[in-house]
Amino acid sequence: MSEGSPVMNFGEITLSHYLALSSLLFLIGLAGVILRRSLLIIMMSLELLLNAANLALVAVGRFQGLPDPQVAVFFVITVAAAEVSLGLAILVAIFRIRKTTAADQLASLRF
Amino acid sequence: MEAVSFWILASGLLISATALVAFRNPVTNAVCLVVALVMQAALFITLEAFFLAAVQVIVYAGAVMVLFLFVIMLLDVKEEARRKTSWAKVVAVVGVGGGAVFGATKIATLFPFAEKTLHWGEGKGGGSAAELGKLLFTSYSPLFLATGVLLLVATVGVVVLCRRDPQ
Repeated sequence: MSEGSPVMNFGEITLSHYLALSSLLFLIGLAGVILRRSLLIIMMSLELLLNAANLALVAVGRFQGLPDPQVAVFFVITVAAAEVSLGLAILVAIFRIRKTTAADQLASLRF
Repeated sequence: MEAVSFWILASGLLISATALVAFRNPVTNAVCLVVALVMQAALFITLEAFFLAAVQVIVYAGAVMVLFLFVIMLLDVKEEARRKTSWAKVVAVVGVGGGAVFGATKIATLFPFAEKTLHWGEGKGGGSAAELGKLLFTSYSPLFLATGVLLLVATVGVVVLCRRDPQ
């Protein structure tokens, strides 16, 4: 490493910075999925996970000079929108029947 | 300039994401998510992905957020009950996650292009709507068509899921 470790290098932004940011964002989203109990918040955290992956894809694409990752991110955003709409529809359907969106009260499939 | 904007946007993104996980009021969570998504759109601009930044704001910060807020309103979601946070779980998540992040950045530095700096305007382009559109309608056109089918199926699925049984 030329100028210290990439985490300590504040002046020049490299691909490592974007990848570190992306993995931190993924970590926060993962913590949300694991620690929170509301299905709604879990879905919001899932969006954070997708965004972290998108950020990594765009960063790698730019630093490698490839436009194709941006196309992939475009499709990810489309699929995420469809996923959110379906997920929220399922959430509304569950709420109608069970009157709750707390994940630990929806354990009827558990042995 | 680039470094300053990166650090501001990155810290804003991480702070709003942490707030999303930490706060208990669902409307606050939704607002935190909007802030995080807009920050991400700004980061896309620093990466010269202008079309994706616009799409991010329109689709995520616009449509998806409206959907979340509508569901919060319709379901009248209450604040999540405060329960004992198991600190062992938090420590485990932070420990494993922190280790994974550290490992990932270490692995990333193994690639020769990880340490490369690329200043604003030095990118190969490809971020404009015209260039992305050219790719979408030539080499990726089958996927693009499949996306149309996916959205149609999703729409039909949502309508079927949310319909009340006519008695």
